[in-house]
Amino acid sequence: MIDSSLKDIAAALRAKTVSAVELATDSLARIEAGNPKVNAFITIDRDGALAAAQAADARLAAGSAGPLTGIPMAHKDVFCTEGVLTTCGSKMLANFTSPYDAHVVSLLKAAGAVMVGKTNMDEFAMGSSNENSHFGPTRNPWNTDTVPGGSSGGSAAAVAARLVPIATGTDTGGSIRQPASLCGITGIKPTYGTVSRYGMIAYASSLDQGGAFGYSAEDCALLLSAMAGHDPRDSTSLEREAEDYAGNLDKPLAGLRVGLPKEFFAEGMSDDVRAAVDAAIAEYRKLGATTVEVSLPNARLAIPAYYVIAPAEASSNLSRFDGVRYGHRAAEYTDLMDMYCKSRAQGFGAEVKRRILMGTYVLSHGYYDAYYIKAQKLRRLIANDFQAAFAQCDLIAGPVSPTVAFGIGEKSDDPVQMYLSDIYTIAVNLAGLPALSHPAGFGAGGLPVGLQLIGNYFGEARLLGAAHQFQQATDWHTRKPAGF
Amino acid sequence: MSRTDWEVVIGLEIHTQLNTQSKIFSGASIAFGAEPNAQACAVDIALPGVLPVLNKGAVERAIRFGLAIGGTVAPKSIFARKNYFYPDLPKGYQISQYELPVVLGGKINLLVPDGKGGHYEKLVNLTRAHLEEDAGKSLHEDFHGMTGIDLNRAGTPLLEIVSEPDMRSSAEAVAYAKALHALVRWIDICDGNMQEGSFRCDANVSVRPRGQAEFGTRREIKNLNSFRFLQQAIDYEIQWQIDLIEDGGKVQQATVLFNPDTGETRAMRSKEDAHDYRYFPDPDLLPLVISSDWIERVRGELPELPAALSARFEGEYGLSAYDATALTASRETAQFYLDTVAAAGTANAKTCANWVMGELAARLNKAELDISASPVSAAQLAGLVLRIADNTISNAIAKKVFEALWNQEGGADANAADAIIEAQGLKQVTDTGAIEAIIDEVLAANQKSVEEFRAGKEKAFNALVGQCMKASKGKANPAQVNELLKKKLG
Repeated sequence: MIDSSLKDIAAALRAKTVSAVELATDSLARIEAGNPKVNAFITIDRDGALAAAQAADARLAAGSAGPLTGIPMAHKDVFCTEGVLTTCGSKMLANFTSPYDAHVVSLLKAAGAVMVGKTNMDEFAMGSSNENSHFGPTRNPWNTDTVPGGSSGGSAAAVAARLVPIATGTDTGGSIRQPASLCGITGIKPTYGTVSRYGMIAYASSLDQGGAFGYSAEDCALLLSAMAGHDPRDSTSLEREAEDYAGNLDKPLAGLRVGLPKEFFAEGMSDDVRAAVDAAIAEYRKLGATTVEVSLPNARLAIPAYYVIAPAEASSNLSRFDGVRYGHRAAEYTDLMDMYCKSRAQGFGAEVKRRILMGTYVLSHGYYDAYYIKAQKLRRLIANDFQAAFAQCDLIAGPVSPTVAFGIGEKSDDPVQMYLSDIYTIAVNLAGLPALSHPAGFGAGGLPVGLQLIGNYFGEARLLGAAHQFQQATDWHTRKPAGF
Repeated sequence: MSRTDWEVVIGLEIHTQLNTQSKIFSGASIAFGAEPNAQACAVDIALPGVLPVLNKGAVERAIRFGLAIGGTVAPKSIFARKNYFYPDLPKGYQISQYELPVVLGGKINLLVPDGKGGHYEKLVNLTRAHLEEDAGKSLHEDFHGMTGIDLNRAGTPLLEIVSEPDMRSSAEAVAYAKALHALVRWIDICDGNMQEGSFRCDANVSVRPRGQAEFGTRREIKNLNSFRFLQQAIDYEIQWQIDLIEDGGKVQQATVLFNPDTGETRAMRSKEDAHDYRYFPDPDLLPLVISSDWIERVRGELPELPAALSARFEGEYGLSAYDATALTASRETAQFYLDTVAAAGTANAKTCANWVMGELAARLNKAELDISASPVSAAQLAGLVLRIADNTISNAIAKKVFEALWNQEGGADANAADAIIEAQGLKQVTDTGAIEAIIDEVLAANQKSVEEFRAGKEKAFNALVGQCMKASKGKANPAQVNELLKKKLG
């Protein structure tokens, strides 16, 4: 049942052919069997899950259940969960139990979703492979010698391995879309400000955005509908009416104008990815969409702009991890400065330190204008490019990642190569746009390839609708990795 | 003695704690004196994942201030992060305003004591005022070998008010600080409690040879929490800088602390180890946009400002600039004075001013009472003033009546002064015959003085007046006594 669509699971729950407790038990059993192979979970909350499932069964019996009531799910370990370890993939928070729930966590609790655990991630969401986790790398269920992508790699692997049907993630430069692509599932990052960041441990505040993983666009729509909405505790949260993203799924694709950025289809994309992406676009045409070439001339500047802005914000956001009030503190130190230095040197991993150093550097006196201000200008240019493109099309399609999942360890020693794997996803975050990745076929080594759809602001329903129509006509999203 | 004529240049940065209910970015209370960390919520402790939400009440107070000083309330200002590590700074950065503050410009007019009993006018221009959060407190004494952290104060809203380097003496600096202190209380944005740290001054001090255009190198004296310390610290610092330069030294830019026990300033850190705060706009907060509607609403709710009221006192009541300024030192004093004048009549406004600033102020000061707690009400004081005006009592007797009013001898009613005058038989004697009778008695008993006066000793006349007043138990009208006595001595 866990590998069914949310609609089918919800129907079964209502038909009493399965209970929430049985689903939770099933999910926990799958985790027990599958997690040792993929290391998708940092924390498994068996007791919490069973208690939540019992409450969900009571709601189902009382007839007050919603679409997610009784559905097992997992949270990326970036979301604070009251009474449950919240590590952010770091040694710094390896002992941290949050005294409060993130807004997303309380919304999903209120919806009756059953959290079975917290998923592995690149430390503080910094990475594209999940190798930067203090709790060991997550492995791709399609080939456990390859990475699942990152930084939400644990959530993507958990859904791909059918340990849970849905999971939350966050996307700062591609951290939902790239692992969704590499793991062969659907993942959406909504418009910046759609999902509250309250209780979501900050990496780069102006780019971080929560989102959803599922087998299909339809499942993502159901999960995202429950996560989104204005939260007065997050000043960047949009003051918009809650939206039912699943309400618009059946709209036919006829007349849809799909923009193809010529810069995305130039060199850089590997042949197997190109073949799958081209075939998927052909399928969209077959379903009635038209395609038009568009241009994003400044998109090539997205990576340098991102690697100024994101580390700048991160260097400040991560200052609170100082060993004073919570988190890791060095066992021995001589004075205050020594405590800071040792606690942070021991608590943070190499990639986090690298980004703190970069961020500190670009914000330093005398460099600020040359780096930070310049990067903000690029950001504006990149956002303008998208607006020009959307004058010609309703949504933009292209690759998610230049390659299929790469081998564990393959890029670990070359941070720049690792950063380049986000070349198609980062511009979207800089512009604050919604985008998703859906399965589009397979490439080298039988590994999944995703197609990225980028929408204009608040275009989530349109994106999910298009992907749903594609998934009605194709079965890539139903493919499962062997052994799970 | 200095060989050079030195000019002192002072600018002040004053942190005023805004009197909101809750903190600037969280819902925790800012009430003073709670148990350590009892008023620190998840946001104040900077738990992972928490976010700031701006308190509109703090913004409203900043607008009030901007309007009160005639500054520009920025239609758009930006919150920035000031990054540095300190245990009582939970986020590792302070949210403040840097490039675009909420208030720009403005000015304050002062009366500065000239040291010779007079006063002169002084205009101090303000550079800016910006909103920011306070840090917590490190408690070094309470824990042996360790430091305690109290985050109750963390996130308390502050308005940092920065002046131009317009002041030229410690007296001007103190007058400015006092005027600002009075203003923030007047417009009710700060309780002004200096012991509790609600109003803290940093002074930037430098000296230069008079006539030199460039400023000298400045040192910043941090955290002065009384006007006396402000004066002492600046005076010490000025002399220290002059001595250093005259001995051939050079002032190095530095942050210094004032030690009230020794009266000295001592360098805390030099420019070389100054922090690079790495300011950048806080991505967790949207730009602060203040609409003109909001500004106009706040303008409409502002009380009449001390400068305007003071001008009114001068124009309508004929008070001197000094008196008008003194009576507008606080809203309570101004209101007391206005109430007194309302009851005593505009014609007696000057007499009212003399009593409010003279006898009443002295007694309140001695009893360490605020004017709002005065045992003599405005109506009672007005009653006293009216009896002086209509010659029922002399000024000398009025002081006696005031004393009785202060001791509540006339009851709580507005006509307490009349009751006292009546009960104690203090009514002035103005009957010419009665006064002449007294004079005759006095002249008869003081022949020596009469002779001295006739011999040209003016002083003897005053002695005779005194004798007459004494003989009348102070009740004789002094002017009449004077006049009649002169006649008799012809």
